[in-house]
Amino acid sequence: MSRTRMAVNAFLAILHRDIVVTAREFVPFLLQALMQPLFFLFIFGKVLPGIQLAADNFAALMLPGIVAMTGLIAAMQGVTLPLVLDLGFAREIDDRLLSPLPVWWVSLEKVVFATIRGTIASSVIFPLGWLILGNGFVVRTDRMLALMGMVVLTACVGSTIGLLIGTIIKPEQISLMFTLIFTPLLFTGCTYYPWGALDRIRWFQIVTLFNPLTYCAEGLRYTMVPPINGQELPTINPFVILAALGVSVVVQFVLGTRSFHKRVVT
Amino acid sequence: MPTGAAISVSNLVKTYAKAKSNAVDGVSFDVQRGEIFGLLGPNGAGKTTTIGVLTTAIIPTQGSTAIMGVDVAGDPIAVKQRIAVVPQQSNLDRSLKVREILTFHAAYHGVPRKQREALADKLLDELGLGDRKNEKVNRYSGGMAQRLMIARALMHEPDVLFLDEPTNNLDPQSRLFLWERIRELNARGITILLTTHDMDEADLLCNRIAIMDHGKILVNDTSPGLKKLIPGGTVLQIHAEKVAAPIQPALEALPGVTKVDALTSPDEPGGVTFHIYSDSANTLIGPAAQTIFGNGAQVRDLSVKQPTLEEVFIFLTGRHLR
Repeated sequence: MSRTRMAVNAFLAILHRDIVVTAREFVPFLLQALMQPLFFLFIFGKVLPGIQLAADNFAALMLPGIVAMTGLIAAMQGVTLPLVLDLGFAREIDDRLLSPLPVWWVSLEKVVFATIRGTIASSVIFPLGWLILGNGFVVRTDRMLALMGMVVLTACVGSTIGLLIGTIIKPEQISLMFTLIFTPLLFTGCTYYPWGALDRIRWFQIVTLFNPLTYCAEGLRYTMVPPINGQELPTINPFVILAALGVSVVVQFVLGTRSFHKRVVT
Repeated sequence: MPTGAAISVSNLVKTYAKAKSNAVDGVSFDVQRGEIFGLLGPNGAGKTTTIGVLTTAIIPTQGSTAIMGVDVAGDPIAVKQRIAVVPQQSNLDRSLKVREILTFHAAYHGVPRKQREALADKLLDELGLGDRKNEKVNRYSGGMAQRLMIARALMHEPDVLFLDEPTNNLDPQSRLFLWERIRELNARGITILLTTHDMDEADLLCNRIAIMDHGKILVNDTSPGLKKLIPGGTVLQIHAEKVAAPIQPALEALPGVTKVDALTSPDEPGGVTFHIYSDSANTLIGPAAQTIFGNGAQVRDLSVKQPTLEEVFIFLTGRHLR
């Protein structure tokens, strides 16, 4: 077998291993990924408009944010949590590292797998939203392909962030990570509000630009929110979104892989 | 089929950042195909680091290593395909079931499905794990985990097998079982490098043994060859109590004595075990005992011993292996 075929084969077998392990715990995985978005959809999309604390079209603006948040977090958790165990005391990842493939392919596999995971989680939001929001569920269908691309890209952003975090933090710091990283990431990521509406709080609008989740949410808004009264919703320019997300994925992957390498080869 | 050594290590040095001394300090050795080769030494001697370099997990600071003629640093992927590693502590994949641990390992190495399924069942039966193959490893004892790691190592039919302290922490029965398996594997043509701090294990299993200490190989020979290092081939061992003054110089001055090691233990103040090497240990019993009495100490135990690897280690380093 040629060197490349051997490595590709090992890569696919490792991916298969991750799929088998996750499939065995598919229901817990879905619960973990969907519990939070489910309540968000219900409270912000149904309850708040119902008691007139939010505008009727709030649900349409929120939905892309929920999709972004769900995909990003599910992908992130799909790398970080297993990685912290893999690199922990028992070093369960050794068997995969001793497989005939380059070390950086092992981190690439983690990212690919978590991207699949994030994509599945955020895709489930659509039928869920349709069920919960009823009439409030409006998604334009003329940017379907771009929408699918954005869903995958969002998961990709999440999985590369997850790689970086999972290789840096120690097992005992996991709970701290949720507080220190997740919370600011979610609330400065334009998930619950469109970026354009922030121009009245200029400084905060600038802060959000440093969060990759902002571009995910805005990209999904661009592909999902239909024109309101004939007016397109103003979003960040789609090319800027693509460029920002592209840079974010590459930088996070390179840094994450470097840190992964340092952890496994001394 | 290329010829030459299965493992060759030349001038290997590994320095960890912030460490005072080199973990491995200029080590060279060759292991021939079909050999069982032992690295014997105390904890911290550099054995595991040496294995780490040979198995692509550690980048050497200096020196070169090759497995089956393939340069480890130059082509790690080809090396990984030819080797298998059984580490000191279990690194079994706890997310998988026992049988899956074997089949996935084989899949990583490109073993076709039918072949890996059949081989997994065969190895599980051979190693006495057949009836518990659908469990997860959480419920496995240390000995079972060790056997499973050996089964896993064999799934891709490696040329070279690395065993790092294979029987450490195992009960005597599991140890014997494992020794049997190691000999069987070797009989099938697998070259084996094992590390151990157990003299008996090294003596019983290995064709050749390198004694390592402080990152260096002190000697590298067959077991009988190592024992010949002790002059005369016998050691007089005397355990003395109530030692107040240094007796060692007086013992060294006795006729025919080539070397004396005095080993003390913090648990026993005033107690000293003397290892007296000479051409004829038998004739020294009387004079040595008298020397000890003459210095106001008492002899509690006295024996003339055929040298074991333990004696060789003490002879070389002046201290116990553990």
